[in-house]
Amino acid sequence: MIKKIEEIFFRSLMLISNMLILFVLALILFSIFKKGLSALNWEMLTQRPHGGYYYGKEGGVLNAIVGSLYLSIGATFLATIIGVPVALFMNVYLVKQRKILNFIRFLLDLIWGVPSIVYGAFGFTLMVFLGIKTSLLAGIITVTLFILPIMIRACDEILKTSPLGLLEASLSLGSTKTETSFRVVLMQSFSGIVTAILLSFGRAIGDAASVLFTAGYTDSIPTSLNEPAATLPLSIFFQLSSPVPEVQNRAYASAVILIVIILIISLLSRALSKKYHKNRI
Amino acid sequence: MIENTKIKVDKLNLYIGKQHILKDINIEIPENKLTVILGPSGCGKTTLLKCMNRLTDLYHDVKIDGSIIIDNEDILHTKTDVTEIRKKMGLLSQRPFPLPMNIYNNVAYGLKISGRRNKKALDARVENYLKQVNLWDEVHDRLREPASKLSIGQQQRLCLARGLAVDPEIILADEPTSALDPISSETIERKFEELKQQYTIVMVTHILRQARRIADYVVFMYMGEVIEQGPAKEFFENPKMDRTKAYLQGAFN
Repeated sequence: MIKKIEEIFFRSLMLISNMLILFVLALILFSIFKKGLSALNWEMLTQRPHGGYYYGKEGGVLNAIVGSLYLSIGATFLATIIGVPVALFMNVYLVKQRKILNFIRFLLDLIWGVPSIVYGAFGFTLMVFLGIKTSLLAGIITVTLFILPIMIRACDEILKTSPLGLLEASLSLGSTKTETSFRVVLMQSFSGIVTAILLSFGRAIGDAASVLFTAGYTDSIPTSLNEPAATLPLSIFFQLSSPVPEVQNRAYASAVILIVIILIISLLSRALSKKYHKNRI
Repeated sequence: MIENTKIKVDKLNLYIGKQHILKDINIEIPENKLTVILGPSGCGKTTLLKCMNRLTDLYHDVKIDGSIIIDNEDILHTKTDVTEIRKKMGLLSQRPFPLPMNIYNNVAYGLKISGRRNKKALDARVENYLKQVNLWDEVHDRLREPASKLSIGQQQRLCLARGLAVDPEIILADEPTSALDPISSETIERKFEELKQQYTIVMVTHILRQARRIADYVVFMYMGEVIEQGPAKEFFENPKMDRTKAYLQGAFN
């Protein structure tokens, strides 16, 4: 009898928490789409802000869309080619050194928790030191640093679940640790790694504070790494701070664009990894 | 007593942390015979087996002293690269771990990483080794499918094939049939009987009946020590130590 009550109690608890999360998510999406869709039009997607855009005149946020894509794709690419090998190194080479491994994980968890504005400030100091001005390059470097711990820890959590027996099997066949890392361990966890990369991409494209000082903001579309770049989160921020209601609605429209970009990239990479997965594992 | 010793383990001690796992192990394993390391669970059989191809390198806080001599080379203290040592030995683990690639590449993997890329030669070898483990008929028309789609028994035979494909001299098997159905187990056992003409096989098991069926030579371990070792016939019919007798009568099970 008590067991039955316990079962009912916990089941309803789980149900309620699930509902609550879905409700909050739905509420966010609803409010953004409700305000945003009315302001969303073709012009917003295809044009740069014209003079007076921030007072309600014509134009769009193409500068921020392109800037955000450049910046987050660049940073995710850099973080992937640095972060994935680090995670592999931890799980293939350091698998024996449990104390060192735990220490690295602890450090990464710590810097994961550092607010992105601190990365922005750090990036700014770095820029001054290196003599780089506010630019796409500076933004990419800062965002890379910001998402790197997320990338490494997310990949690490995936690779940790790769069975030791697989490592042993591959080594027994006479492959080196490097061959084992890239051909076996990485491939075994491929779809998980894709998810980790997506997670990092989501953080990269959604963050405003780290790019505030580093990538800056501009109404033009960057044509080189040395030019400043606008980003969607900052674009939302500036539009939302406007007193003009029309411009505020455009902020919501920009949020819709941001969400849709993340959605498209998620679906695309999931589909790709699934297709790949089917032929491998 | 033994004509040709392939593997000689001399005064081997292994500690994990403060735990003394293997205690003064001295054994000789004959060439081209099937040696069974027998003993109840947790007696250190698997650890001993993994010392032989240095997979113990992967474990945390392990300390080993003593020596393991294979072909006049102490593999624990040699300057030879560990990859070269491992190439001499195929490993078959308790549960199959197919590589995350298709059936063909599972067998070809070891060959490819050692630089053999000739397509025709690879095809021939893959076919040959899949035939050797009686898997060819079941998979020849779906070589490009992922290996994980095979049944566990088929996977284990595939793992044997990929191990054989790299031309080892020794096969290390760690309870290779414990996860398998009776028919797959029998296939593996029968395969071992054939393979021992060309390979030195070391097989760990806790199944007494299996040891009786296929062993040429037996090493009996208990609590990290080797209690008795000798030719299978002698071991089963005329055990010398009391603990062996007790084990054979089923006292530990």
